[in-house]
Amino acid sequence: MSMEIAIPQPVERENYLNNEYGFWSWLLTTDHKRIALLYLVSITFFFFIGGFFALLIRLELLTPAGDLVQADTYNKLFTMHGMVMVFFFLIPSIPATLGNFLVPMMIGAKDLAFPRINLLSWYLYIIGGALMLHCMLTGGVDTGWTFYTPFSTNFTNTKIVEAGIAIFIAGFSSILTGLNFVVTIHRMRAPGMTWSRLPLFIWAHYATSIIQLLGTPVIAITIVLVAAERALHLGIFDPKLGGDPLLFQHLFWFYSHPAVYIMILPSMGVVTEIIACFSRKRIFGYHFVAFSSIAIAVFGFLVWAHHMFVAGISVYSALVFSFLSYAVALPSAIKVFNWTATLYKGSIHYDAPMLYAFGFLGLFTIGGLTGLFLAALGIDVHVTDTYFVVAHFHYIMVGGAVMGYLGGMHFWWPKISGKLYPEGWAKLAALIVFIGFNLTFFPQFLLGYMGMPRRYYDYSHMPEFQVLHVLSTAGSTVLGVGYLLPMVYFLWSMRYGRPASDNPWNAAGLEWKTSSPPPTFNFDKEPVVTWEAYNYDELDAPVHPQEVPVGR
Amino acid sequence: MAHRVDALYIFLLVVTGMMAFLVCLLVVVFAAKFRHRPGIRAEQIEGSNALEITWSVIPFVIFMAIFVWGAVVYFKEHTPPADATDVYVVAKQWMWKIEHAEGQREINELHVPVGRDIRLIMTSQDVIHSFYIPAFRIKQDVLPGRYTVEWFHATEPGVYHLFCAEYCGTQHSGMVGSVVVENPADYEAWAKANSSGPLSASGEKVFAELGCSACHRSDAPGRGPNLQGVFGKPVQLEDGRIVTADENYIRQTILDPGLTRVKGFQPIMPTFQGLVTDDQLNELVAYIKSISTNRPVTPGDKIGANAAVSQVPGKSQPNGSQVQ
Amino acid sequence: MADSTLIGLHHEEEHRPELLHHFADVTQQRNAASLGMWVFLATEVMFFGGMFCAYLVYRTAYFGDFAAASKSIDATLGATNTGVLICSSLTVVLAVWAAQTARRALLISMLVVTMLFGLAFLGIKGKEYYDKFEEHHVPGASFSFDHVPIPGHPGEYANPRHAEIYFSLYFVMTGLHALHMIVGLGIFTWLLIMAWKGRFTPEYHTPVEIGGLYWHFVDIIWIYLFPLLYLIDRHP
Repeated sequence: MSMEIAIPQPVERENYLNNEYGFWSWLLTTDHKRIALLYLVSITFFFFIGGFFALLIRLELLTPAGDLVQADTYNKLFTMHGMVMVFFFLIPSIPATLGNFLVPMMIGAKDLAFPRINLLSWYLYIIGGALMLHCMLTGGVDTGWTFYTPFSTNFTNTKIVEAGIAIFIAGFSSILTGLNFVVTIHRMRAPGMTWSRLPLFIWAHYATSIIQLLGTPVIAITIVLVAAERALHLGIFDPKLGGDPLLFQHLFWFYSHPAVYIMILPSMGVVTEIIACFSRKRIFGYHFVAFSSIAIAVFGFLVWAHHMFVAGISVYSALVFSFLSYAVALPSAIKVFNWTATLYKGSIHYDAPMLYAFGFLGLFTIGGLTGLFLAALGIDVHVTDTYFVVAHFHYIMVGGAVMGYLGGMHFWWPKISGKLYPEGWAKLAALIVFIGFNLTFFPQFLLGYMGMPRRYYDYSHMPEFQVLHVLSTAGSTVLGVGYLLPMVYFLWSMRYGRPASDNPWNAAGLEWKTSSPPPTFNFDKEPVVTWEAYNYDELDAPVHPQEVPVGR
Repeated sequence: MAHRVDALYIFLLVVTGMMAFLVCLLVVVFAAKFRHRPGIRAEQIEGSNALEITWSVIPFVIFMAIFVWGAVVYFKEHTPPADATDVYVVAKQWMWKIEHAEGQREINELHVPVGRDIRLIMTSQDVIHSFYIPAFRIKQDVLPGRYTVEWFHATEPGVYHLFCAEYCGTQHSGMVGSVVVENPADYEAWAKANSSGPLSASGEKVFAELGCSACHRSDAPGRGPNLQGVFGKPVQLEDGRIVTADENYIRQTILDPGLTRVKGFQPIMPTFQGLVTDDQLNELVAYIKSISTNRPVTPGDKIGANAAVSQVPGKSQPNGSQVQ
Repeated sequence: MADSTLIGLHHEEEHRPELLHHFADVTQQRNAASLGMWVFLATEVMFFGGMFCAYLVYRTAYFGDFAAASKSIDATLGATNTGVLICSSLTVVLAVWAAQTARRALLISMLVVTMLFGLAFLGIKGKEYYDKFEEHHVPGASFSFDHVPIPGHPGEYANPRHAEIYFSLYFVMTGLHALHMIVGLGIFTWLLIMAWKGRFTPEYHTPVEIGGLYWHFVDIIWIYLFPLLYLIDRHP
């Protein structure tokens, strides 16, 4: 059922990979495609570091006693897992890799609006990442990735300021990426590429960029205030001076809630492209999906205090935020229904990218539905700060965002590398990831409702929880294997994979109208767009006009 | 009220289970039925406004039902009965200090009799903690610098887990304890054996020791307001605002008198920040409550825009037989 | 929404030295730069906005103490600085006009005068910080704010702890603003060098325009900072 057609290329054409060789041609590149690869290597590195911390956490939780690591070490492990995964993997992931590579190509441009700022963006990420690595290696942080005050300002002895600076710098990387995308999408679309003809991947990245631009500065200033408080003993959040610890929480979550939409929207964009291609039809409800992306971005800014229902906010405040949280759930639900409806009367192929998309559909739906539990005030009181929340956000971020990311990597790998990955191994990896993921995180919903709090390294007072923890840890090892496999076979394919044609999937989109890998300036001639998005009817038109497709 | 939380939970399980099942079923069925077959092409369907509206409105209605139900449960959890018994909780890294109104003190254990409404008045000496009793389905963050409140009503004797649910440092996992629910006779026996005089009596001593009675006289007009009967009643402040004299108001006035100056009195009350411990503050609050005939019912009013917001996130009547 | 429509129509434009290769034409390049700067300024609004939010929360809660603290900083110096920045925005506008109308000498002199105003601002700010240091109003171990009366409330004194919060916010807000001024001076140094080399023409002076935008923004932030920090509850 696989669709890809391999056409061996007799002569290696000049493309963005081979037009220039050498260390500096990469480190000083302004080509958005090379920068995307620089990011790919960097975020993969941090993904495995964050994943390593996760493995240690799960190992500790195999037994009720805190016997693998000391309490302080465990506290640093979950903190660093969170900070690395959120700020150095999930936030950049799709936008900085697939987004950087594809946004100009999908709209018919030669590059992003500001290529040098794009390179600066990567360097900022690297500097932030290096600083974070140094921080971790020289003691780390133990406040949780949420670094609530006054613990983080007045009580902990760990390296808050250094970690804060690292995240601040990485945040600017994120802001500049968003800035580049917004300006590019507004100003550099090819002739004929109207807003309604844009791939939904672009709409998703546009919405994501709005959030990056407007949200990230708020966490930046929050970090400045916390760092200033620690370094200069200011007292803005210190209750003994009359400061309000809740003010910190409001400022923190004002960014960190929209941040989760930064992490999921691009993945939704990827899944949209994959479902359309492997169902061979246009997306059902294009405008609804496009506007849902924007709606998620807008409403996402209005719900932050649903992280604070038991923090000491007023009942009336809680009512408002609960209501708005249901409002923000609606556009996501609409997207799920539209994706499902796209499958109807499609012609579905089960290649690896589509398997990841199916996985996304199921897991994101479950994760999103558990969000309804959390938005319900009466339930949230019981399950907040427990493993229920941990399970919820991992379903969305790992079951959702990472699945989408992997699906996208597989889908566009031929374009990026000019090679085909091994389909059999890819299907196997998708299955392993799906099974490992559910085994890891489903038991955590049960643990949470039963009362297991978060951030506990020792649960010897509740040994009855051990069974579920053991299942979860077992799942995490399977999941780890599932993640290692693609890294291995992608690398393998760069050397030994079958060469890919321009459009191995016969997919819609401007990026498929140029060679694999593309030339440095993307297109030999500037495209002029005269067709609608997802024109699969034209792409699948019969080769011989006499053939009449059989009706159902 | 644990059963109320569980009822909503089961409703959510059913509803979301159905939605998830529906989506998964459709995906599986479509993926199988419409898999690629040679010669058969996909049908290009733009969309359907009717369908979009349907699957927007129906979920929204369901969401609103869940929202309202959740809000009702939450509101009940935040409205302790007027005559609930007060228990003061002081959280510190990494233990829970419990002070009963009758004077019993406990560490990491909370003894309560079956069938009584218990209101926990909680504060932290250092960082943010969270008082979580899973069996009762209640949780409330405990903050430094102010009181937060939760309440419950245990219906079954037993011993139930108490966890700290807000990360607070090295021994966060060790900040666990028990809520011991006893039948009335056993509780009385425990209370008698552990009593050291009611909290309000200790408070009266502190009131005298710190010199409060010099200005806050109950026999004649003094330099400060007469505190007899003041607890729970509205107070008019200098700037015209009217606030309720609840626990947070009393606490804040002692620590920061400038913010809550009562109309008609000179601003001469000194601050006791640093001169009075959290335990002594609890005793003073208990004392001032004891010399009032009324007890507060309403959720606290806002004092200032931020820090000293008085909360009554009180809690439920848990069904004590809940599974932990 | 036709942004990139002029492919190949203006052949001579393709040979313009300032046209970067990835843009279709100079119009697209200029529009991109302009939109880019506006979007960046939006992020700066959110950045300062977080601080303004913290400031508003505490000012509402501790109004009297904030008023007392505000009274202790020099409103004359603040007002002078406000005047300095407003004048500098005028010179920026003149610099842009000079670039638009090929007046190189005026462009260069206006850039220089703007930078001089910027330096004056920073100098006055430095004096203010020095005064605060002398008066022990810098938050930290040596902070003291005892027996300072609350304006309009005879007999009442400000709570030093709340005053310390005011000064914390004062230093962070004005400090970040000053940092942005310094960056602005850096940008204008570069603009000056480019102007001296004759790089700006009526057809191409985008850097001057967007540099000017940035400067105006920094000015506007100060226009908000001045009354909020210096003029709490002041009466003539």
